[in-house]
Amino acid sequence: MADRFPSPFDIATPPGAEGWQELYSYSSVFSQDRREYEESMFWFMDGVHTPEVVPPWDATILEFAIIVLSQYNTRHYLVPPALGVDIRFLNGYMYLSPVGVTDPAEVEARVPQFLQRAGYYFEHWDELYASWMGKVRALIDELEEVKFQPLPEAEDLEVITGGLGTGSGLELLTQYNRLIELTLKLWNYHFEFLNLGYVAYLDFFGFCKQAFPSIPDQAIAKMVAGIDVDLFRPDEELKKLAALAVELDLDDAFGGPAAEVLAGLRDRPGGDRWLQAWTAAQQPWFNFSAGSGFYHTDKVWAEHPDIPLGFIASYIAKVRRGEQLERPAEAIATERDRIVGEYAELLGSDEDRAAFQAKLGLARTVFPYVENHNFYVEHWGHSIMWRKMRDLGGIFVKEGFFAEPDDVFLLGRNEVPVALFDAYHGWAVGSPARGPKYWPREIERRKGIMNALRAWSPPPALGVPPEVVTEPFTVMLWGITSESVQQWLGGADTDGGLSGFAASPGVAEGPARVILSADGVEELRDGEILVAPLTAPSWAPVFGKIAATVTDVGGIMSHAAIVCREYGLPAVTGTAFGTKTIKTGQRIRVDGNTGKVTIVG
Amino acid sequence: MGHVVWFEHYTSAHRCAVGGKNASLGELTCAGLPVPPGFAVTATAYSRARDAAGLTGTLAGLVAAADPGRPQSVAEAGRAARGLVASMPLPDHLDAEVREAYALLCERCSIPDVPVAVRSSATCEDQPDASFAGEHDSYLWIRGAGDVLGNLRRCWASLFTDRAICYRRQMGYPETGLAMSVVVQKMVQPRAAGVAFTLNPRDGDRSQVAIDASWGFGEAVVSGEVNPDNFLVDKVIGEVSQRTVSRKEIEYRLTGADRVEPSPVDRARQDIPSLTDEEIKAVAALARRAEKHYGCPQDVEWALEATLGAGPSAAAGCAVVLLQSRPETVWSRKPPRRAATTGGSYMDSIVNSLLAPLHTRRAGDDH
Repeated sequence: MADRFPSPFDIATPPGAEGWQELYSYSSVFSQDRREYEESMFWFMDGVHTPEVVPPWDATILEFAIIVLSQYNTRHYLVPPALGVDIRFLNGYMYLSPVGVTDPAEVEARVPQFLQRAGYYFEHWDELYASWMGKVRALIDELEEVKFQPLPEAEDLEVITGGLGTGSGLELLTQYNRLIELTLKLWNYHFEFLNLGYVAYLDFFGFCKQAFPSIPDQAIAKMVAGIDVDLFRPDEELKKLAALAVELDLDDAFGGPAAEVLAGLRDRPGGDRWLQAWTAAQQPWFNFSAGSGFYHTDKVWAEHPDIPLGFIASYIAKVRRGEQLERPAEAIATERDRIVGEYAELLGSDEDRAAFQAKLGLARTVFPYVENHNFYVEHWGHSIMWRKMRDLGGIFVKEGFFAEPDDVFLLGRNEVPVALFDAYHGWAVGSPARGPKYWPREIERRKGIMNALRAWSPPPALGVPPEVVTEPFTVMLWGITSESVQQWLGGADTDGGLSGFAASPGVAEGPARVILSADGVEELRDGEILVAPLTAPSWAPVFGKIAATVTDVGGIMSHAAIVCREYGLPAVTGTAFGTKTIKTGQRIRVDGNTGKVTIVG
Repeated sequence: MGHVVWFEHYTSAHRCAVGGKNASLGELTCAGLPVPPGFAVTATAYSRARDAAGLTGTLAGLVAAADPGRPQSVAEAGRAARGLVASMPLPDHLDAEVREAYALLCERCSIPDVPVAVRSSATCEDQPDASFAGEHDSYLWIRGAGDVLGNLRRCWASLFTDRAICYRRQMGYPETGLAMSVVVQKMVQPRAAGVAFTLNPRDGDRSQVAIDASWGFGEAVVSGEVNPDNFLVDKVIGEVSQRTVSRKEIEYRLTGADRVEPSPVDRARQDIPSLTDEEIKAVAALARRAEKHYGCPQDVEWALEATLGAGPSAAAGCAVVLLQSRPETVWSRKPPRRAATTGGSYMDSIVNSLLAPLHTRRAGDDH
């Protein structure tokens, strides 16, 4: 077994992808300038958020996410042993590296600051969270107000008579800058509470493991999990719509293409009522991405009604079979209380019981944020942001720069204002812009690079394995532990099995279906086991069909793990090699209690 | 008072007359746990039979003549005493009472000549029961009243093993009050059986039930002749949290001669788990019920009933039966695990968690 992963400097550029580095920020690629530092670090591929090649503009969002995550650890709360997470793109894939504080004196010096700052947030959590909700809703409204207007033949007369003194070219640049600024702000909000939420959860987690060394991870998660979770609302809305369709005797109207289904409903008795409910559910709950929300290609329900309608059709089939759709909230709450009560009773002393209740209380205070922020940022906020960017792409199409609005995502975030300036210039001067000659050829070249990168298979990690991981996200969200690192070094188990995190309890056996992207989920058949690089919360409706889930990446708090527990589905996450080892059609056994996956035939 | 006490009629007043093993089975039966039916033959039955046979003085004399310093003399005394007890006639009323009880057991189980286990159940401290595990005899798969009576006497005879004689002599216990109760209990023919602890014996984690299981009768696991499968079940969420499947090469099973004997396990079953997940959970739930009944960690013997009639808990959809339950003694004597760090606020605890990351604590596993 190797003791280290390949150096990032030993990784070759795939044929046909030459020059890929120029599509990403100069500061976000490995370079000779920082080689010594970069080779001394441990880098893992973030398959949780970016299982596929990241297009150049999409890299913006990841850079924003990582920079803000880092700033909160390093500069806001001064988490004693952990600084931020460094980011590099390699052959189009995102690699991350947790940065620790190595000097014990410095760790010590950060403690009082952390106590004061994090302590303030924990003490005022509820009011700060209420304020957060207001802030993020206002920000979403501001994002919605961003408007990209085509450059007019002549400015409106009102610009003159109103004495405005500025023109449409400036406005276009301003709106783009505004979109960038609001998106970075959205990500600032995203991490305002998240690091602290994970820290509190880790503390409770550690206590439970100390008291009960063999307690399953998911038992701890169950004690903390919320009952009413905004992240599950979109799916809840679909269930309600399915039940309403059955109630109104409209259930036979579903199953075709969205346009036909919706048009057909208009002519049916009761159809109006259903369509009203359908419209009402959309805002905000259909601002929901079918993927992780980090790619511009992730489909949003509001823009692809076929997705929610397809899920509604499968829920209708369940209602017809007499299955219960609604989550039994009361039963879930009762069960949660029972679990807490029984573990408390098993503790060795009243002192332990008091500590257990206090830590559980804090974990539950912070957890609604941990569960819900994802809807407001990655789903709702991002849905708007991607839509606005496509509007901007449409302007470039109109100016003859691009063939498709989505071509805009092949430009880096700082190339966009330059191209806009080119269009502005041509429009202002009345001379030909360079864009229509320059970009079509360049876009074709970049598409070729992207395709060449997609054919490459990224190693799970690079560089020197860490002795200790102290960054809370690395453990909780990415599931990076010494065990997983050792496993990557050793490859798959010798018996042909795989192991990962026991993320959701239960055991299931069935035929595997390997799904590499969100578009493939429709291929899933009843009783199959989903094997994917990762799963997104928005795949929830397919979980009614499948028997279990296996992912390559993710810890016990990854989105996949949370949703699988919610839906009572066995899951093993973070197997690293699941999609590479397992072939569609093979029979596999998934043990969500022990984290083992076995190929049985 | 009669000489037979059915498990379901047991009260604490019977404890001294029926001995520890019977008392435990009676108590568990009364608590509603699925214990195979049976009855105790009280200690008085032994003394009555011995007196009626006129052996009281003879036996005391044989033991008195044995010299613990000379193994040969102990062996001779023991052999003679055991021979006398094993062949002594029972008074008619006693003989009838045991036969009647056995007939009733057959009727209750709807099995003619129902197979039973006949085991000794030590009554007093002058018998080294716990510390001499296996010293007293246990006879399996006994069928028919005649054989039940015969093995009842063999159990009584085990009062005069060489080791028991030496022990009494060394401890200075008198022979006069010497008595032994006997268990007569319907036997299940288990597909698998074993033991379970209501804590993890590796680290004392009380949130877990640890199960050792293997094919056939539990004797293979109890005696250590087989390397059993090992399962860990979380008590609270009821899930299997760890499993180790071992190669199981021998099992005790019923042979063609209607006897329970060690036999090789066929190849196909050697490496597969001896319990399904459902069965593992049922065993854990049963152990947990015994623990809740006694209010302290338990060490139980269980069996998964395969074919023989309707199991006591067949109505509940499973057929795991409880054969014994006694207090766990190793971890129960230690102070309970501590999890809270003393003193400090919750923020201090959070800082400690960050400074001693979970990752390293888990890797260390030195609890």
